[in-house]
Amino acid sequence: MEFLRPATWDEALAAKAEHPTALPISGGTDVMVEMNFDVHRPSALLDLNRITELTEWSITDGVVRLGAAVPYSRIIDELSEPLPGLARAAHTVGSPQIRNRGGVGGNLGGASPAGDAHPALLAAGRDVYVEACSVRGTRLIPIDEFYVGVKRNSLEKDELIRSVFIPVADGPQQFSKIGTRNAMVIAVCAFGFALHPKNHTVGTGIGSAAPTPRRAVEAEQYLQGVLEERGLWESGDLLGTEVIQKFGELVKAAASPIDDVRGTADYRRHSLAVMARRTLTWTWNDYSKQIRSAA
Amino acid sequence: MRVTFTANGKPVEADDVWEGESLLYVLRERVGLPGSKNACEQGECGSCTVYLDGTPVCSCLVAAGQVQDREVRTVEGLTDGEELGLVQQAFVDAGAVQCGFCTPGLLVQTDALLDRSPQPSDTDIREALSGNLCRCTGYEKIMDAVRLASARKCQKVGTSE
Ligand SMILES: Cc1cc2nc3c(=O)[nH]c(=O)nc-3n(C[C@H](O)[C@H](O)[C@H](O)COP(=O)(O)OP(=O)(O)OC[C@H]3O[C@@H](n4cnc5c(N)ncnc54)[C@H](O)[C@@H]3O)c2cc1C
Ligand code: FES
Ligand code: FES
Repeated sequence: MEFLRPATWDEALAAKAEHPTALPISGGTDVMVEMNFDVHRPSALLDLNRITELTEWSITDGVVRLGAAVPYSRIIDELSEPLPGLARAAHTVGSPQIRNRGGVGGNLGGASPAGDAHPALLAAGRDVYVEACSVRGTRLIPIDEFYVGVKRNSLEKDELIRSVFIPVADGPQQFSKIGTRNAMVIAVCAFGFALHPKNHTVGTGIGSAAPTPRRAVEAEQYLQGVLEERGLWESGDLLGTEVIQKFGELVKAAASPIDDVRGTADYRRHSLAVMARRTLTWTWNDYSKQIRSAA
Repeated sequence: MRVTFTANGKPVEADDVWEGESLLYVLRERVGLPGSKNACEQGECGSCTVYLDGTPVCSCLVAAGQVQDREVRTVEGLTDGEELGLVQQAFVDAGAVQCGFCTPGLLVQTDALLDRSPQPSDTDIREALSGNLCRCTGYEKIMDAVRLASARKCQKVGTSE
């Protein structure tokens, strides 16, 4: 095995092109578990810790460019306002020590259906892109096209994730996760939800309840229709239990969960409907308050 | 491969390091710092917690090669000269140590907590220690130890001003 330690981003891309089977290692919170238990022995480890731009974020024209290796603890401390959904999801990851090392680049690299960043990224809007780079150039992969199978993403062998582009929140966002306890728990299932008042859309993201993280497309369309028809974006009036109930049912229908050690498919469907209703209620209440205080 | 880094303020060098080896293994088996404990090797227990460039991390999940030229501080580095450090002494005095396996990680994590917030609430303490498992104490004595360390730290700051 080799240990590759590029000092710059260009060196990292060159190293990945030269060693396409090298396994990138950032926070190591997924990779090192595999090393310690000898699950997988790659030809080389490609250490990304030296590349400072991966640990930086910036905001330009209402879009956050989040470096792949900004750890969860810094997302919580520094980005709770522009990225409330992702910051909430980050807060549920592992433990303080894990959050000090792990980041969104590693979550995307692993593409586990249980990764907590995914539902928040899916819900954050249509304009979320993964910046994938190689010596051949840069691609912006729409988040919807990023997840292609269980623990499989659409990166090419020579590509590395440089950053994720995420629009600054223009409305309330929530994240909810079911697990056996509060800390250190892989999601039984999770749900991200966001209101996007600017373009009158809503965003959803389902975690741990399908082979890949996915949106609840019909639920989004149904809710957008209701909000538009009834002029609710303008009035901020109550949604009513029927709408909330129907939204929950449509989210549930969008999942295709399995039975496993963490929970049954039935339980996952049931809890998704509950989380969908709750996150919708929480965000809508916040939105109504904003409308009323602006009036 | 060879890895050189700073451990508790001193330069150290480890040879014949396997590329997939963890920092925890290097500390315990190659550079004579067995204070950090290996109890799970998967980030679940926190017994291996060390400072890496000032941030507490699980050393079992850091690849040895990643610490080249960086600074590591372990439980051995929490002493006050030849004496136990403030947090270490508080754990002894509060009776928060039974088998002691979890202790090194708890000490580092507590040290980091009190550095950031010298007077944490019980909720802050529980949150900060949520990644450190203890099979013996039932955590109450650990809570006592952190509160004691906090009180002593605040007193010390009070008298030195
Ligand atoms: C105790 C424990 C608890 C955990 N709890 C949670 C949890 O609650 N929720 C959750 O979502 N996850 C959890 N995880 C998993 C892990 O912490 C996350 O997936 C984290 O986001 C991984 O980030 P990392 O930087 O440590 O990734 P690494 O381990 O460094 O890498 C993970 C994968 O991504 C690839 N990769 C990393 N960076 C890049 C890049 N820039 N470009 C391309 N590929 C890249 C790696 O090759 C690897 O395949 C937990 C892990 C542990 C050990
Ligand atoms: S040994 Fe590292 S967390 Fe348990
Ligand atoms: S004292 Fe034994 S594990 Fe904590």
